Amino acid sequence: MTLLGQFALWIGFITALWGFAIPFLSRWQQRPELAATSIRATYALCAAMIVASLALWKGLISHDFNIEYVAAYTSRNLPDSYVITAFWAGQKGSLLFWALVLSIFGAVAQVVTSQRHKDLMPYVAGVTNGAASFFIATMLFGHSSPFERLAFTPPDGNGLNPQLQNPGMVIHPPMLYLGYISITIPFAFAIAAMMARKLDAGWIHAMRKWTIMSWLFLSVGITLGMWWAYVELGWGGYWAWDPVENASLLPWLTMTAFLHSVMIQEKRGMLKRWNMSLVIGTFLLSIFGTFITRSGVIASVHSFAQSSVGYFFLAFLLTTAVSAFALLYYRWPQLEPETKLESLASREAAFLFNNLVLVGIAFSVLWGTLFPILSEAVRGIKITVGPPFFNRVNIPLGLLLLALTGIGPLIAWRKTSTANLRRQFLWPTTAGLVAAVALLAAGFRGFYVLMSWVLAAFVAGTVLQEFYRGIRARMRMYQESPLMALARLVNRNRRRYGGYLVHVGILVYFVAFAGMAFKVTREVTLAPGQSVEIKSPFGNTYSFTHLGVSQYQALNRIVSAASLDVRKNGAKFAVIKSEKRQHIDSFGNKTFEPSTEVGIESGLREDVYVVYAGSIAGTEQSNFAISINPLVWWVWAGGVILVVGGLLAMWPGGRTSAPVARRDIQSGFEARLVGSEAE
Amino acid sequence: MMLNRRSFLGGSFGALVVFQQPAPVPEAPQAPESDELRDPQSAGLSRLPVSPLDNDPVIVDVEHKLKCTCGCNLDIFTCRTTDFTCTYSPALHQEILGLYKEGKTPEQIIAAFVEKYGEQTLMAPEPQGFNLAGYLVPGLLVLLAGGILSVVLLRRHRMAQLAGAAATAPASTTPAVSSEEMERLKRALSEVAD
Repeated sequence: MTLLGQFALWIGFITALWGFAIPFLSRWQQRPELAATSIRATYALCAAMIVASLALWKGLISHDFNIEYVAAYTSRNLPDSYVITAFWAGQKGSLLFWALVLSIFGAVAQVVTSQRHKDLMPYVAGVTNGAASFFIATMLFGHSSPFERLAFTPPDGNGLNPQLQNPGMVIHPPMLYLGYISITIPFAFAIAAMMARKLDAGWIHAMRKWTIMSWLFLSVGITLGMWWAYVELGWGGYWAWDPVENASLLPWLTMTAFLHSVMIQEKRGMLKRWNMSLVIGTFLLSIFGTFITRSGVIASVHSFAQSSVGYFFLAFLLTTAVSAFALLYYRWPQLEPETKLESLASREAAFLFNNLVLVGIAFSVLWGTLFPILSEAVRGIKITVGPPFFNRVNIPLGLLLLALTGIGPLIAWRKTSTANLRRQFLWPTTAGLVAAVALLAAGFRGFYVLMSWVLAAFVAGTVLQEFYRGIRARMRMYQESPLMALARLVNRNRRRYGGYLVHVGILVYFVAFAGMAFKVTREVTLAPGQSVEIKSPFGNTYSFTHLGVSQYQALNRIVSAASLDVRKNGAKFAVIKSEKRQHIDSFGNKTFEPSTEVGIESGLREDVYVVYAGSIAGTEQSNFAISINPLVWWVWAGGVILVVGGLLAMWPGGRTSAPVARRDIQSGFEARLVGSEAE
Repeated sequence: MMLNRRSFLGGSFGALVVFQQPAPVPEAPQAPESDELRDPQSAGLSRLPVSPLDNDPVIVDVEHKLKCTCGCNLDIFTCRTTDFTCTYSPALHQEILGLYKEGKTPEQIIAAFVEKYGEQTLMAPEPQGFNLAGYLVPGLLVLLAGGILSVVLLRRHRMAQLAGAAATAPASTTPAVSSEEMERLKRALSEVAD
C-alpha cells in the first residue's frame, strides 16, 4: 500500500503542477482551449489524493508498523477511533490531510460554481492546484512522506500522545484544517477575478458562501480547541494566547472583517481594493499559522518538532505574497470605487471602523506573537510575551469592537439623520445603562468586566430591537402572528438575521470571558474522608469530601481515579472523579508520562473543576487543584449560537432569489424595512 | 444467537425504562481507609502536602507573573497546578516561598528572579524602553488610522453638504460657479477619493 500511496503522491504532484501552470500558460499563448485541462487536472488530483489517503488509512488500520508514521503515532491497543484520526496526529499525515481536503474543495468548487462564472474557473483551478502542488512537494521533497518505511518492523508502535486521545482532538484539528484550507477557495476566486479582469461583483457572489463556510469552520475549530484545552489540559482555562492559538485567530479576524466590508462592495461598489487585500491577507495568514506550527520559529506547546518543512512554508508564503500583491498592484486602476462614502454617520463608516478594529486586533495579536523575535533582534534580549501582555493590549480593542457590533446595525446606509439616530439608539442605550446601574448596585467594580457586560446589554438591545421592529412591521403589513412573522422575517433575509444571531454569539462570548475574572482556585490535600469547603463567586458554598483512589486497567491504560463527593450549600450535588492515566502498550509496558483527566461538573452559572494532582507518598491521601469557574458553559453556548447564525446566513435560498426579491420590493417590504431604517 | 419476540420486546422496554429515568446523583460510596496505592507510579509523581502558603494570594499573584523554565510557556502557578510531570515549577515555587519567608516583597521576589533567570522570566515584558513599542504600537496605529479615517469622512461629508446646498439653492440666487472653482472642487474631491 505504501507503494500505491507514494505513486499516488507523485501522480498528484505532476497533475497539480500541470493544473497550476496551464491556465497561465494558455493565457500567455492565447490558447484558451488548453485552460479546460486545468479543471480536469483538479478532478484527477482529487482522485490521486483520495487513493493516497486510503493507502495511509489502510496502513494505520492494519497496524503496519513497518511504516514509520504508523509506528510513531499508533499502537495495537489504541482505540479504533484514534487509529483512524491518527491520520492527522503527526506532521506528515496532516500534510497529506491538507492536500486531500484542498483537492476535494477544489473539485467541489468547480462542480458547484455557476456557469455564469466559467471564465474564472480555470484560474480558480490553477490556484487550488498550485497550493496543492506545494503541499505535495513538501511531502515528497521535505522528507515528510507519510509512506516512508523503517528498516525493521517493531512489534508495536509508540502509541498516540495521551492528550490527543480525547474526542475534542478527533474533531478540533480537522475543523481548524477545514477552515484554513477552505480559505484557499475565496483566495482562488480573488486571483481568478484579477487574472480574468472580471472585477465586478461577480467573483464576490461566486465565493461568498465559501467565505462564510471557511469562517464557520474556523469558528468551530477555534471553539473546539478551547473546549479541548479546558477539558483536557487541566489548567481550568480555555485560551492561553499561545502562538498557535493566535495563529488560528488571525485569519478568523481578517475574514470577519471581510465578511462585513464585502457588504459595502455589494451594496455601494466601494472598498474593492480593500476587500481584495483582505482576502489575500487572510490566505497568507492561514499559511503563516501553519508555518508557525511547523517551523518551530516561535516556542509553542503545540509546535511540531523543528524541521526543514518550515523553510518550504516560508518560501511559499513569500512567493504567494509577492505574486498576489503584484497582481493587485497591476489591477489597482480597475478596482476604482463606484461611489464614495458620504457621511461619518453611515453604515459604511461604521463597517469601516469595525474593519479597522478587527484588523487592528489581528495586527496586535501578530505583533505580540512576533515581538519576542523583534526584541531579540533589536536588543539582543529574550523576552516572553504571555497572556498578561495580550490581555492588556487586546481587551480595550475587543471592547471597542463589541461596541461597534451594536452600533453598526443601528445606522442606515449612506447617511443617517439625527432624529433617526436618536430613535435607533434609545432602547439599546437604555438597556446598557440599566445593566450598568444593576451591576454597580450588585457591587461589581472591575472596569473591564463592567464594560463587557454593559456593552453586551447594549448589543443585545440592538439585536432585540431589530427583530422586534421587523416582526412588528410584518404583523402590521401582513396580519401575521408574531411567530409566523419571526419565521418569515428570518427566512426572507437569512443573511441579515443570521448575522444578528452571530452578534448574539459574540456578545455571549464576551459575557462568559469576563466571568472568568472571578475564577476561584485552591490547592488542597485530602485523605479519604477529609473535607474542604470553597465559596464560589456566586455565593454558593461547595464542600468536597475525598472518597478515595481506585486503580484499575481500562483499554490501553492503568487508571488511578480519585473521587470527591461534592455538596452545594449542604445538599448533595455530584460525585466528581478525576483521573491519572498511565498509558501502556500491548505488552503492558508503560509508554508516556501519566496524564491527567479533569473532573468537571458544568452548570449554567459555574463549573466545578477538579484536578487530581497526585498522591502523597504513594497513599490515597491526595492533592487536588479545585477551581470554580464562572460562566464557562456560556462560552460553548456562544459557540453554538455563532455556528447556528453562520449556518443561517449561508443557507441557500431566502431573499437572494430574484423572484422573492422582486416580490418584496413590489410589496413595499424593501422600502419599509431597509430603506428608511438600518439593515 | 437467536432473539425471540418476547425477549426483544422485554429488552426494548427495559432499555426504555432505563433511559427515561432521570439520572440519579450517585450515592457517595463508603469512604475506604487511607491506604497505599497498588501502583503509585501510575498515579504520577509523588506530591508534597499542600501548605497554607501554597494558596497565599500574594504567592499566587507573583507566580502568575513569572514563567516556568521547563519550556511549557506557562506561568509558574499554572504549570505547577496543571503539568504534574514538571519538576521545574515545584522547584521554582519553593524558591519563591524561600524568598517570601526571608521577608522579601513581591516586587523584590520578581526582581530577584529577573536577575537570576533574565528578563524572559517575566510573563509580560515591563512596559519601559523598547518594550513600550510592544504595548503601544497596535493601539496607536488603530488610533492613527481611526483619526485619519474620521478626518477624511468629515471632509467628504462637508463636501457633500456643500454640493447638496449648491444643487438645492434656487436658480436665481445661485452664484455662477467659475470653471476655476469647479476645477478646485474636483481636485479636492479627488484628494479624498478611496
